[in-house]
Amino acid sequence: MSELPGDLLYTKDHEWLRREDDGSVTIGITDHAATALGDLVYVELPEVEQDVETQGEMAVVESVKAASDVYAPIAGTVAAVNDDLADDPEKINAEPYGDGWIVRLTPSEDIDESELMSPDAYQQLLDELDD
Amino acid sequence: MGSKTPLYDNHVEAGARIVDFGGWDMPLHYGSQKEEHHAVRRHAGMFDVSHMTIVDLGGERVSEFLRYLVANDVAKLKDYGKALYTCMLNPDGGVIDDLIIYFIADTGYRLIVNAATREKDLKWIREQAGAFDVDVLERAELAMLAVQGPEARELAAPCIDGEWRDAAMALKPFNGLQAGNVFVARTGYTGEDGWEIVMPAANAGKTWDRLLAAGVTPCGLGARDTLRLEAAMNLYGSDMDETVSPLEAGLGWTIAWEPDDRDFIGRAPLEALRNSPDRQRFVGLLLEDKGVLRNHQKVVVEGVGDGEITSGGFSPTIGRSIALARVPAGDYDRARVEVRGKLLNVRIVKTPFVRNGQIRIDA
Repeated sequence: MSELPGDLLYTKDHEWLRREDDGSVTIGITDHAATALGDLVYVELPEVEQDVETQGEMAVVESVKAASDVYAPIAGTVAAVNDDLADDPEKINAEPYGDGWIVRLTPSEDIDESELMSPDAYQQLLDELDD
Repeated sequence: MGSKTPLYDNHVEAGARIVDFGGWDMPLHYGSQKEEHHAVRRHAGMFDVSHMTIVDLGGERVSEFLRYLVANDVAKLKDYGKALYTCMLNPDGGVIDDLIIYFIADTGYRLIVNAATREKDLKWIREQAGAFDVDVLERAELAMLAVQGPEARELAAPCIDGEWRDAAMALKPFNGLQAGNVFVARTGYTGEDGWEIVMPAANAGKTWDRLLAAGVTPCGLGARDTLRLEAAMNLYGSDMDETVSPLEAGLGWTIAWEPDDRDFIGRAPLEALRNSPDRQRFVGLLLEDKGVLRNHQKVVVEGVGDGEITSGGFSPTIGRSIALARVPAGDYDRARVEVRGKLLNVRIVKTPFVRNGQIRIDA
């Protein structure tokens, strides 16, 4: 099992968030999620400037096996989407925390970190799933 | 915990992700489903199919029994070892299961039926067999490996006893032979050349290790599904079931109408449907837009009606999404599929999508 990046926040839905210097938040799915889905073959991305609500459907990732919704962990406006995924969805499998990012949001309100998980807390969740 | 095949430990050792499949703990993949898929199209892969149910039938009237039990006609089988693909129907013409029948001897045939339908199949076969004095013997002690791909037979040949090796290599498609204590047949479920090898459970691990050492890629149920979909081979429970006749599942070619006085179970309702203008079509779809077609999505044919995808997914060989679908009667070659509220464009294509490593449709 690879080590979780320490500078990210996580959700129980196996997504990660990174707070950027400009105030935006980059979002992707974790290595655990990508591995569970298997080889990704298609990603449906939202429109830039689209508003999303907390827990609203934001994107869909499809593997050879199944389609899975990606929910917005915070409310905001889509600032950017990772267009490279259109031709190369497997970037999510290869680099889930890097080139495999999915959406960048401009948060519409202060982020409530108590709703999110630290790397340690997320690691604990993964350990429990393994049992 | 489900049932385990004799190769369960080998799967775990090879890094398999294990899932439940009809009560069996089976490998879904060993890391990458796509890589396993490509290995079979380009080189050779192996699948543990020991969960499938092997049933040997014996008796003086066994041919007569099978000519009544299934929709295809075992009288077509002239040479020992020859295989026949067929459906076993209920009295309404619905498919109880699809199976392969091997002609072993004048008084003996081997049936290979699906794992998920094992109980109902055995019950049905035994119920019908009584009147024909046919013995029904399940061979749960046997293991089965499918070795598939352009290099499969060559790499698997050393697993056959020297005495039988040349004869095994000389087998024509859809033929098998008993080679010592293994039964080898040139059959499969991938659209590639290869063998399916039935052997005593005690031999399975050794054979697996030998194939692994020879460079044959272990492949899970995931790759098995994308390979069979590309080859447009039906999956029981998805493409057909007891409510669907073979005529509406693309399996009309497996029904032996001649001789017309052969009375097989389900014949009368099939005759009625045979020339019906309202009979649904069973077609291949190629997605022209981006996205992935999935089972149960609605197919919309403008001005005609709606149908349904019975097997949909991503084709690793073509790099686009394909599907099998049951759609309304009519003459048309385009349709749309509802995916998350949007209508995506699909083209109806002649199947198979892929055969022997080659894309067979205009992609």
